[in-house]
Parts: sequence; C-alpha cells; structure tokens
Amino acid sequence: MSEPVSGSVGQVTSPSLAPSRLTTSWLPGFVRTYSSLVALAVLVIFNIVFTPNFLTVGSFNANMTQVATIVIVAVGMTFVIATGGIDLSVGSLMAIAGVVAPMFLLDAQQFGLPAVGLALAIVVPLIATTVLGAFNGTLVTVVGLQPIIATLVLYLGGRGIAQLLVNGELRELRNLGSPLVPSFEFIGLGQVFGVRFQIIIMVVVVVVAIWVLRATTFGRYVLATGGNPAAARLAGVPVNRVKMTVYCISGFLAGLAGLVVVAINRSADPHRVGEYMELDAIAAVAVGGTPLMGGRATIVGTFIGAMIIQLLRFTLIAHNIPDGITRMVIAGAIVVAVLAQRQRSS
Amino acid sequence: MASAAVPTIAPGGQATSRARLVSAIQRQGAVIALAALIVFGAVRYGAGYYSVYNIFDAFLNNNTYYALIALGMTFVIITGGIDLSVGSVAVLAAVTAARLSVYGIGPAVAGGVLIGLVAGLINGGLIAGFGLQPFVVTLAMLLAGRGAALTLSGNAPVMVDFSHGFTQLGMLRVGPVPLPVLITAVLYLLGVLLLNYTRFGRHVLAIGGNEEGARLAGIPVGRTLVAVYSMSGALAGLAGVFLAALSFSGSPTGAIGWELSAIAAVVVGGTLLTGGVGSVGSTLAGVLLLGLIFVTLNFERGQGTFELNSFWENFIRGAFLLIVVVFQSRLARRLEVPG
Repeated sequence: MSEPVSGSVGQVTSPSLAPSRLTTSWLPGFVRTYSSLVALAVLVIFNIVFTPNFLTVGSFNANMTQVATIVIVAVGMTFVIATGGIDLSVGSLMAIAGVVAPMFLLDAQQFGLPAVGLALAIVVPLIATTVLGAFNGTLVTVVGLQPIIATLVLYLGGRGIAQLLVNGELRELRNLGSPLVPSFEFIGLGQVFGVRFQIIIMVVVVVVAIWVLRATTFGRYVLATGGNPAAARLAGVPVNRVKMTVYCISGFLAGLAGLVVVAINRSADPHRVGEYMELDAIAAVAVGGTPLMGGRATIVGTFIGAMIIQLLRFTLIAHNIPDGITRMVIAGAIVVAVLAQRQRSS
Repeated sequence: MASAAVPTIAPGGQATSRARLVSAIQRQGAVIALAALIVFGAVRYGAGYYSVYNIFDAFLNNNTYYALIALGMTFVIITGGIDLSVGSVAVLAAVTAARLSVYGIGPAVAGGVLIGLVAGLINGGLIAGFGLQPFVVTLAMLLAGRGAALTLSGNAPVMVDFSHGFTQLGMLRVGPVPLPVLITAVLYLLGVLLLNYTRFGRHVLAIGGNEEGARLAGIPVGRTLVAVYSMSGALAGLAGVFLAALSFSGSPTGAIGWELSAIAAVVVGGTLLTGGVGSVGSTLAGVLLLGLIFVTLNFERGQGTFELNSFWENFIRGAFLLIVVVFQSRLARRLEVPG
C-alpha cells in the first residue's frame, strides 16, 4: 500500500492533477476494502490460534447462519445508503414478512396444489415488503421527506402492523399442522451439498448486487444519485425512479431475510423478528467502507463489514466475555473503522 | 413559543403575509393540534380528563423522560446533527443512579447526569474533533451505552435503595406539581432562553444553517458542537435518573426506541431535520401532543367505544407521524414557492 506522493519537497501549491486523480479514482475504494479485509484476517487468525474448534463445519455454519440475514439486509441498505438515504424500517418489514408467510402454510389442498400454497407463502410476503419499500420510496421522492423520517414511519408503524396481523401472538410453525411446513423451513434449515440453503441465498444476493452495482446502468445511476443529486438530474439520471427502486430493493431483501429468520426459528414472533436489524445492517455498511453520505458503495465491503462484526461477537462470546463488554467492543470497532476510512480518504 | 431561525432577508410585497401565515401553521401546527385535542378531551370526557391526577401524574410525569431527551435532541438537530444514543445513555444513567442511590439523592442524581455528560462529550469530541458523521458516532454510542449499562448492572435490573432518599425525587411535590415535571419545565424555560437570547443559541442556529459559513465567520463550531452533544447526553442522563426514581429500578433493557420517539417529537414540533431552524417550545408541544394522544386513547377505551389492544399503539404512532410530516412538508414546500 504505497501512498502516491503528490508534489515535490517544499512545494506548497495544490497537488498536481495526476496523483490526486489516482487517489480519488481507484485507490481509496481498494484501500478501504483492503483495510477491513486485514481486520477480518486478523480475527480469523486469532480464532484459529486461540478458539478451540474454530475450524469446524459446525462453527463455520454457526457463524454463517448468524451473518446471512444481516448480509442480506445490509446489501439492500448499501444500495439505499449509496443514494444518500437510510432505511430504518428493515427490521419491522422483516417482522411483517415473517408473520404473513405462515398465513399461507395451511392445508396442502387449500390452493389446489401444495406447491401453490408454498409459493404463496414465499411470494406474498416478498411482494408485501417490496410494496412497503415503495411506500418508503414514495415518501422520500414524491412527498420529499428526509429518508430517516420517512422510514421512521414504518419503523414504528410496521412493527404495529406485524403485531396486529397476528394479534401479537407468536406462531409456532409446527403447530400450524400443515404438510407444507418442512418445505418452507428448508429456506432456513435445508442443506444443498452440505451447505446451508440460507448461505446460498446470501451468496446469490451478494453476487447479484455486485453485478448490479458494477456492471449495470442502474448501478451507475445509484452512485450518481448519491454523489450529487442535482448534477445527476441535470445529466439525465432519473433520480426519483432510482431512489424509489433502492427502497423497493431494501424492502424486498428485508422480506427475504424475514422469511429466513422465521424458517430458522421455526416460529414467527411479531415482536422479536428483525429487532435491531437496522442497526446491525447500518453498522455492517459503515464498517465495510461505504460512506453514509452516499455516492460510493462497496458490496464486498458490506459483506466483510458484517463478517467482522459477527466474528468479533463470536470471538468475544467464545472467550466468555460478557455481553455488555462485547457491545462496547463492537461500538469501538465501528468508530475505529470509520476513523480509518476518514484518514485514508482524506 | 418563539420560533428561532437564522435571520433571513424577508421577501418584500404582499407575499410575506401569506408566507408568514403558512410558516406559522407549519411551526405552530403542533400547538394548534394540542389545543384542539385538549378541548376535544375536556368536552368529551369531562372533569376526569382535566383532573389534577390526570394532568400531572398520568400525563406530564410520564412524559418527562421524552421531554428531556427531546430538549437536547432539538439543539442537536438544529445544528444539522442527530443523537441516536440518548435511549442507551438514559439507561446507563438509570443503572448508575440506582447503584449510587445508597449514598443518597445527591450522588445518585449527580452520577447519572455526569455519566450522561461524559457520553455526550465523547460523541461531541468524535464528531467535532475528527469530523465523523453524527449518525455513525451516536449509533456506536447506542451500542456502547447499552453495553456499559449491561456491564454495570450485571445483566439484571438494579433495585434502587429506598432508605436514603433517592426515591423522594419521584414523590416530592410543589403544590400539585411533581418534582420531575417542575425540573423539566424549568429546563425548558432555560432552553428557550439559551436558544433565543444567547450568543451560544445564535451559534447553534448558524452552524445548522451553514456549517462552513459559520466556521468562516469565526464561530467556534467545534466547541459549540461538543457543548450541544454534551447537553444532549446530560439531559438523557437526567431522564435516566428520573426513570430510575419513578420505576424504583435501573433496568439495562429499558428505554428501547427512546431516541426515535424523541426525534419524532422534535419533528412533529416542526423543527426541520436539515438544521438551522427550530424551536424549543415547538418541541415541547410535539412531546405533549404525542403523549396526550395516548392519554386520550385510554379515555376513549374507558368509554368502551372500541377495544384497542396495545399493538395499536405502534401503528397509531407511525400513522400519526406520517400525517404530521406529510402535512408539514406540504406547507414547507408551499413556503418555497413565491407568491
């Protein structure tokens, strides 16, 4: 990691164009990703050396299971933050998806074919949370609310909707008595070639998101919108449509994560599903190196950020550090991460 | 309820009177709605609604926490920042106060407020000193404060000591007014004076209006920001002390979501999240309005008109916030269009 030297010794004029362009084009993103990667590597090595049974399938699966839902939500959050927004409603949307799904896990013959019931249990919650994401997007674009306030509405109200839909009752999936339940639980508990299905979902989400952000026009639009909305609009970027789309993506992915959580827990708890998810997701994005002002984004960084937070938590718990101290350490890690990024990018 | 803003050159002509009216509704909307709700409640539910118990105990005393937090949040938001840590800081202060309550009321109150102040100092220091974003810094403090509270309490609620006078804080009254309500009222009065009639208040407004401009104009931006976040932390600390005194314990798992309730109250009051504009009085109106809605719903439930379970509470809060902010943004937009 060699920093390009701008100007010669004693020169106090503004740095010459070439090095500064170099620093602003590819180096910061690379270095930022790299520094979080170093942190992740340190954590992994520490655990290999000091944590018994770290290099086991069980331990791997435990960590990946914990991180999968955070990554899925944080990818959506990355898109929103890249446009300069924020989505506080993700946890509540997860709860809504979680309580809607069991409504379709009924008698196998209820919808003619068993597969129809299963498909509805997956598709309807996803449509619901995507529509609610569009609601967020409408408040931001059409009404012109600030994202933090716009999504605060569903943060508060969405949890209420989830609670009201099931009258505040926890639904145990096995008590539904539906033959569809085992198939549904495959989302969270199933395995494909020994890999948890939810991990596959997470990988697919990450890969698609990387492709969208890097290789599509929409991805360019997202970054342009966050970088300078006024300039983007003048350059012909459909700013409002882009913003609307990222909130829909965030809603969709929150719904997906909600389904995964319900499938893992084998129950839908309207009070607990998705609790604190907005904080975990935002922390993962920030640690990963996506600046909260928007205009730049790294999906790989977000994935690494989520992994760092999860591994940090795992490490501290594995070494019997109390929960309270664990939280303080994670808080410190977030501050250190954003401090490091600030110094690298300036 | 004087509303303070960075002085601007008023656009001339007859447009001003209309704009002023729209602006007044936008800023005083919460006051108008509050007055309407009080009249509605008094007419519909009779004397029970404006009984001393209902006004001071059921309504005001239960809202002192939100009121204190929202007061600090108002100053933070006027500078264009945000403080997500207030709920955690309040809980940390509640645990601290409960732990210190064996030494009497003085140390308990001072300890709670002080630990809040320190948390706020750290927030402000990181934001002003390193140029970090308030959202991330206070998010980290949200985690750290909760973690510190869990550690300090040993993961279980800490009962307050009853024999050394700490609980008097929740029981003393001046006339019909409970002490926490009185203290909160005095602090709001000080807040109004601070924002509207001091150099510090002008600095706060100027920073929110244009931070770079304020810096160039020689305003001590860093120092002002540190002061504002420290104030927010200290007030959250005091809210935590009240929580411990009124609930007889410092629970590390309490006060979840307070930061968002406080932000909602500030926004409902009419302070814009963009900074530069805001009013302490409007925030109080926002807090009281949000609180009174639930008192009123309880009365309505008592009349047996409808059966609302507690899950409606979240839904109604969200819906209400939506209506208010949409309404405000329409008014604000109308302000921007000249004529």
